[in-house]
Amino acid sequence: MRPSQRGAWPYLFLTPAIVLFTLFLAVPIGYTVYLALRRTKVSGLGLGRGARREVYVGFDNFAAALADAELWSGWLRVLGYGSLVLVVMLGLALLFALMLDSARVRLARFSRIAIFLPYAVPGVAATLLWGFLYLPSLSPIRDVLDVDFLGATTVTYSMANVAVWGGVGFNMLVLYTTLRAIPRDLYEAARLDGASELQIAVRVKIPLLGPAIVLTTVFSIIATIQVFTEPTTLRPLTNTISSTWSPLMKVYRDAFVTGDLYSAAATSIVIAAISLVLSFGFLRVVRNHAFREG
Amino acid sequence: MRANRLGAALAVALTATLASCGSGEPTESPEAAQSRPASSPQGPVKLTYWTWAPNMDKIVEVWNKAHPDIQVTVSKQAGGDDAAAKFLTAAKAGNPPDLVQAEYQHLPSFIAADAVADLKAETAAIKGEFSEGLWGLVTLGTDAVYGIPQDSGPMMLFYRQDLFDEYGLAVPKTWQEYGEAARTVRKKDPKAYLGTFSSKDPGAFTGLAQQAGAQWWSISGEAWKVNIADEPTQQVAGYWDALVKEGAIDDMPYFTPEWNKALNDGKLLTWPSAVWAPGVLSSNAPKAKGKWAVAPLPQWNAGESFSGFWGGSSTAVSARTPSKAAAAQFATWLNTDPAAIDLLVEEAAIYPAATKAQSSLGEPPEYFANQPDFWQQAAAVSAGARGFTFGPNVGVTYNAFKDGFDKALQNGTPFTGAVQGMQDATVADMRKSGFTIAS
Repeated sequence: MRPSQRGAWPYLFLTPAIVLFTLFLAVPIGYTVYLALRRTKVSGLGLGRGARREVYVGFDNFAAALADAELWSGWLRVLGYGSLVLVVMLGLALLFALMLDSARVRLARFSRIAIFLPYAVPGVAATLLWGFLYLPSLSPIRDVLDVDFLGATTVTYSMANVAVWGGVGFNMLVLYTTLRAIPRDLYEAARLDGASELQIAVRVKIPLLGPAIVLTTVFSIIATIQVFTEPTTLRPLTNTISSTWSPLMKVYRDAFVTGDLYSAAATSIVIAAISLVLSFGFLRVVRNHAFREG
Repeated sequence: MRANRLGAALAVALTATLASCGSGEPTESPEAAQSRPASSPQGPVKLTYWTWAPNMDKIVEVWNKAHPDIQVTVSKQAGGDDAAAKFLTAAKAGNPPDLVQAEYQHLPSFIAADAVADLKAETAAIKGEFSEGLWGLVTLGTDAVYGIPQDSGPMMLFYRQDLFDEYGLAVPKTWQEYGEAARTVRKKDPKAYLGTFSSKDPGAFTGLAQQAGAQWWSISGEAWKVNIADEPTQQVAGYWDALVKEGAIDDMPYFTPEWNKALNDGKLLTWPSAVWAPGVLSSNAPKAKGKWAVAPLPQWNAGESFSGFWGGSSTAVSARTPSKAAAAQFATWLNTDPAAIDLLVEEAAIYPAATKAQSSLGEPPEYFANQPDFWQQAAAVSAGARGFTFGPNVGVTYNAFKDGFDKALQNGTPFTGAVQGMQDATVADMRKSGFTIAS
């Protein structure tokens, strides 16, 4: 069939995708940009009809978002929290995946599900559950260990713990699946060469896992930048988490607590831009290295 | 690491909202369109009502039976600031409910967002049923009427009678005595506190500031006056600051599992709260039932009898509703009809705003069965309670309270600084929006 004979058919098949994309991605993003360029202006007391109108303010909201010191300290907090989560979570995920894949492990199927299970617990429930474990009068941990889990410095670790607990299983599964797809004869060859299990893991498996590790890292970076559930759920329990602890919390606060949708829209676009820079930046840095074998 | 999933859920929710407000015009559901009384007098008017008061559906059922032409559907909401945010968002999206339960402090933001209707004509006949103070909360001192008062929350001092007796404490009449009692408690039981200062509950702090005589907002001519860091407020902040820093008072927030447990176990002896406290205590501290008693708030000067308000709400009609008259009719019935008010007290456990109803309350709340004069005390306190006009951006002020006092507790900085922070944040936000502010 020549291209001209194909007619409209391909477009017909594409239509559902295009409609869904427009409705659920392009329109909301467009509306966010539209809102970010506007602001309400009230006159006088601002009461009653006609006292409030929406005006175009150009990039004022973006300028305000970029100049907001609270937002930048939010980024710093998330950077500290994120590096902790990334290293521990991905490290554990890799360790578990390698252990499950090693030939000698028993109860592999059970362990796999056990490690994955926390991922099935919704974030709010998981945070509440851990929150109760952190609270002095309710916690069995606090009976043994006299640490203030919700203190000004410890609270970051406590939150990271919740994220790690919930996230290890998912990342482990991605890495484990990749490991299972590696041809077994590679290991056999290594064994014939006299390599130990540990050597096989470090010299053969980890290099072959490169692309999967990059993938899970990018996912985790994006998720960490958008951290919201843990601090928001823990906030009522302690006075160490402010309403702008993370950048996304500031967006929520602006939109729904102080009723400024326009600033919220501008800040969310800034967050999206920073997420893009960080995740693509990371990809660029590791691309040559990680995909060399791929 | 669930933020990505949450983000997805938020995105879906946002899109759903967007889809319904694409044109910027109010989208009317088919029922709403049919329910225009002018165009179709034959069908019943259908109204939706957002409320968080318990058992409101039972009360509305009584109305629905008696008024086949105006059928109200209750949509149960989570209370507090979230409910206000949800209503404002729905109003902006063009699909708000016809009626909404509006806390007094949120009403000005609803008015400023042009989300609630002026009911001046519809409420002219019932104005006399409410005290001037409460009526002022729904008019903001203007000529318009933006809601019908439903309940009020005069503040009182709730205390553990049995433990007061055990430790030989007298019920404090002044705040100074309260401070001394706090120190005594620490000596008698190092694990117990007389009370706690919550950095999470701006409403409680607002009520205490009102008691001291604060006037955070006022309208003078065509301009707002913002005076959050006024002298009475600084006095209240400084007082609690000293007690917390000294260790005489705890700093755990209200309504947490920690707090529930302390109330239940007798490790917290008082709670300066509002008339609705029995409901909270009975569900959060069931073990201490019958051990609590109520007294007027301690005073700043001996012999005075002032109080403030924590909470309280009105029934407002959405500016976008096509059936304003019917909605106003229902709201009037709900808050002034004797039978309806009886139901509100019995089923929804509220302290009614209508003056007549306040004095006719009989049986005390079950949790306070040992205090037969509970409602008489409440009425006496209510008579001496002073409120103030709330501003158009209470959300900003309350958020500044939480962040400011959290930080002050954490870093040991003065509470008065946090109060100044509330003032600055509120004024900055109002200036940004273009409100006229009198200096």
